[in-house]
Order: sequence, then C-alpha cells, then structure tokens
Amino acid sequence: MSKVLMKGNEAVAEAAIRAGCRLYFAYPITPQSELIEYMAKMMPKVGGTFIQAESEVAAINMVYGAAGAGKRVMTSSSSPGISLKMEGISYCAGAQLPAVIVNVQRGGPGLGDIQPAQADYFQATKGGGHGDYRLIVLAPSTVQEFADMAADALDLAYKYRNPVMILSDGMLGQMMEPVEFRPAKTEEEVQELAKQHENWCICPNEDGVNRHHHEINSLEIDPLVLEKHVNNLFVKYAEIEQHEVRCEEYNINGDNEILCVAFGTASRIVKSAINDLKTEGKSVGLIRPITLWPYPYECVARALHKNVRQVYVFELNKGQMLDDVKIAVAGRCDVKFWGKVGGIIFTPGEIKEKLLECF
Amino acid sequence: MKKEMICAGFGGQGVLTIGKFIAQAAMQEGKEVSWLPSYGPEMRGGTANVSVVVSDTTIASPIVSQADILVALNQPSLDKFGPNVRPGGLIIINTDMCPHGIKREDVVKINAPMSEIAKELGSLRVLNMLAIGVIIGTTGMVSYETIEEDLESFLQAKNPDLLEQNIAAVKRGIMIGNSK
Repeated sequence: MSKVLMKGNEAVAEAAIRAGCRLYFAYPITPQSELIEYMAKMMPKVGGTFIQAESEVAAINMVYGAAGAGKRVMTSSSSPGISLKMEGISYCAGAQLPAVIVNVQRGGPGLGDIQPAQADYFQATKGGGHGDYRLIVLAPSTVQEFADMAADALDLAYKYRNPVMILSDGMLGQMMEPVEFRPAKTEEEVQELAKQHENWCICPNEDGVNRHHHEINSLEIDPLVLEKHVNNLFVKYAEIEQHEVRCEEYNINGDNEILCVAFGTASRIVKSAINDLKTEGKSVGLIRPITLWPYPYECVARALHKNVRQVYVFELNKGQMLDDVKIAVAGRCDVKFWGKVGGIIFTPGEIKEKLLECF
Repeated sequence: MKKEMICAGFGGQGVLTIGKFIAQAAMQEGKEVSWLPSYGPEMRGGTANVSVVVSDTTIASPIVSQADILVALNQPSLDKFGPNVRPGGLIIINTDMCPHGIKREDVVKINAPMSEIAKELGSLRVLNMLAIGVIIGTTGMVSYETIEEDLESFLQAKNPDLLEQNIAAVKRGIMIGNSK
C-alpha cells in the first residue's frame, strides 16, 4: 500500500480498525476530536459500533463491558478526559481486561489548555487510578509510529489481558505525516481473534447460549483472595517487564559526551539539536523510551559510555520522567533536567543551547 | 535537501491548505514531509499558520523556528514570522494586506498584490492557489504537474466547476515567481 498524508488522530483510528477494533466509545475533547470523528464516520462502514457516550466515565465503562465480552475495543481522550476515565481504567486492570486507551495529551493541570504537553507521564506510568496495578504505556514520536501502535497496543492488551495506554500529545494528534498502513484484518480474522478469548470472556456459544461460568469482576471482598489476586497480577507484570521493554537508540556510541533521554514529541526536537551538534563535531546520544512502562532502565544504563559526563532529560513537563532516568543511571553520572510547560514546545535551538552549556 | 516553510495569514485565507498541497505533492515526489498546523485560540481573529518541512532524509523536528520560506498573507503574519526567516531565505508577501512590509535586506522578498490578482482571476478564494504557484515558481520545491494532478482529484470530488479558476491561479503564481 502506498503512503497517505494523514493527521495522527485519524491515522491511529484507521490503524485500530484495520487491526480488528470494532467497538469504540468516547467523548469529544480537543486536541483528539479528529479521532472520535474518524471513528464515527468509519465504524459503521466496517460493521462496527461507535458510540459517543454521555461522558468519559460512561465511555470507559462501556469499554469495560465490551472488553469483558472479549471484543477488541478502544477509547480515547485528552488529559482532563483521561482523568475522568481513571476509575474505570483501575477496574479494567483489576478485572484483567484488555482495552486500549489513547491519551492525546494537552497542557494541565485542571482544564489547562489545548496545546501539546507531556504532563500525564506520572498519571500513565505511576498509577493514575487507585490500587496496585500497571498499565502498559506506549509513547509514539511520529504519525507512522502512532498508527503502528494501535495494532501493537491491541495485541499487547489481549496477550496479557491488561489495559494498554498510548501516550501521545496534541502535536502528534494534529500534525500530518506520511503513513503506510499494515494490511487490514479480514472479517474472518477478526472473528477468529474473538474466539481466542472464549476461555475467559463473557460470550455466548455459537447457539447463542452462555453455558460457561466466567466472572468479570474487580471486587474481591475476602482479603486472602484479593491478596492472591494482586500477587498474581504482579507475576504478570514481571513477565511484561521481562519481554516488552522497547526503546530507540539514536546516535549512541563510545564518543558520546552527553546522553539525552526524551520521549515522544520532545525526542524529535532533541534529535534535531543532536544532528546540528554532530555537524559541529560534538557527539550527543539519545535514548528514546518507547515503552514508558515497562521503562527501559537497562537501555539507559547501557548507553552510559565512559566519555559521557552529563545525562540530560528533556520533557514537555516539569521533570516527571527524571526519577526513572536517575534510577537507571544509579548515581554513575550527573543527571540534569530541562523542560517547558503550558503547552509550549521547546525548539531545536533552545535544546542546542542547553547542550552546549555542558561542553 | 531540506526546506522549512511557514505559511501564515488570517483564518479563512487558506494557509493550512497551501501547506497541505505542498506537503502532499512533495510526499508523492518521494520526499519526507511533515505538516504541523497551529490550532486552538490562535485561530480566532489572529493568525492561522502551518509549518511544513520537506526533506530528502527523515524529519526530526517538525517545529520550524528559522524558516527558509515564509508565505505571509497578512501583516500580523509578516510581523510575527518575518524576523525569524533564515538570512538568505525567501519571503513571499501579499502586499494588499501587508501595507508596512518588512525591513529586512538579507532575504529575498517577492512582493505581489495577491488579493487583487486573485479577485481578477475570479475569486479571492483562489488566493492560496496563487500562493502555491508563487512558491513553485520561486523554489521549485514541488512540480506543477503534481499539484495539477492533486488539484484535479481534490476538486473533482468537491467542486469540479472551480478547477479551471484554481489551475489558472497556480499558473499565474508560477509566472510571478519566475519573473522575480
């Protein structure tokens, strides 16, 4: 298939449909509204169901129900709307339900503004909802990657029976870049995918009767039962940590004097600065975490070559990823942070200036 | 080759579409492209703008801070983005709506009464196609043939009656670009 020029918001929606997502529930909010708009237009054409719910809370609970029936389901919102979904996300995690949640981040806290930001890192990776649980969190940096992650997120969600969040932002949602889509799953393949989950989901047999007793529940009133349940969740999380860590190494080599760590939109600006410094004979490397949980601690640690005298974290927030980088660096090198907030994106020139201060 | 362009004007002048056609055509011609619009409150009453990057290699930052090319359809846009154009860069100015111009001697300036010309061609709404023509005529960053092809398929679906007028605007723009 040839490339098409598309907004990130539309590309992720198209890619999700191609990957077999047939149920989508959401409530509009800028800067992700093109996503819900695209789903409204396209879902009926593939025999799927689109519902504009009365609220974000309703949408995430529809997701809970659909996921409980073993269907490939997705919802999306932007920062304030994601906060509203947090109770439902915790329930999904507790009931071990596969669901994909897309967050096209905007400036916060509160209603904030509608410009791009990365200030929901804590919410996505450190909890957000209540209880001991983990979300798999994927952070795209291009429209192509944003689209590819729709399928990856659905696959991961079902592989581990766990909610997966795609942590994007207003820039990636609004901008257009060329995208090449993976082939669409056929209707037979979509049906086949649903069948794989009949051993746990609430779904009727072919004659329409549900004879299996399956429970979809996050309430375990007996403390000993709940203890066992949570411990089991963490066995699963350990497995995810072992197998699903992803990151990109950019210009990492033995000559690096500075090691940058940045994800998503911020990483692209940092790359431009690195390219610029390269032409001036200055070597700077970048680790771009693709999974924000599980975090690529070892990738960061491995990239600390002997000439690195400064680790620099750049984010569009006040330093929410900084602690994770410090855990990875483990005191072997000084770690600095610089970022911008309020929905303002730093420029390659600003990053270059910050890096030059370290040479 | 890497070209960074900002197109800016009042909301409704079609600046996002200028960027879209250039990015689309460049993509079809095998280039890497990014198209980043301004969105939100900036659009109301102020300037709408779009940053387009066209490159032979992977595009890192889609944010343009020092443009190679600025298309300014009104004075506020020229005031906002004009000072940051790279020395030696190009500024395409719609003189009808930029009465004060810009004091820069280190860039190439294309001054044209673009609103008037668009009206002559039949409608102010072809202003953006005229601008696309000027961009092609001065930079050659995409070919006329690709734009014509895209315009045909775009308008065939939307409004085939307007095709001729739009093509004429692109051609007129190319003449303006070539003559400077």
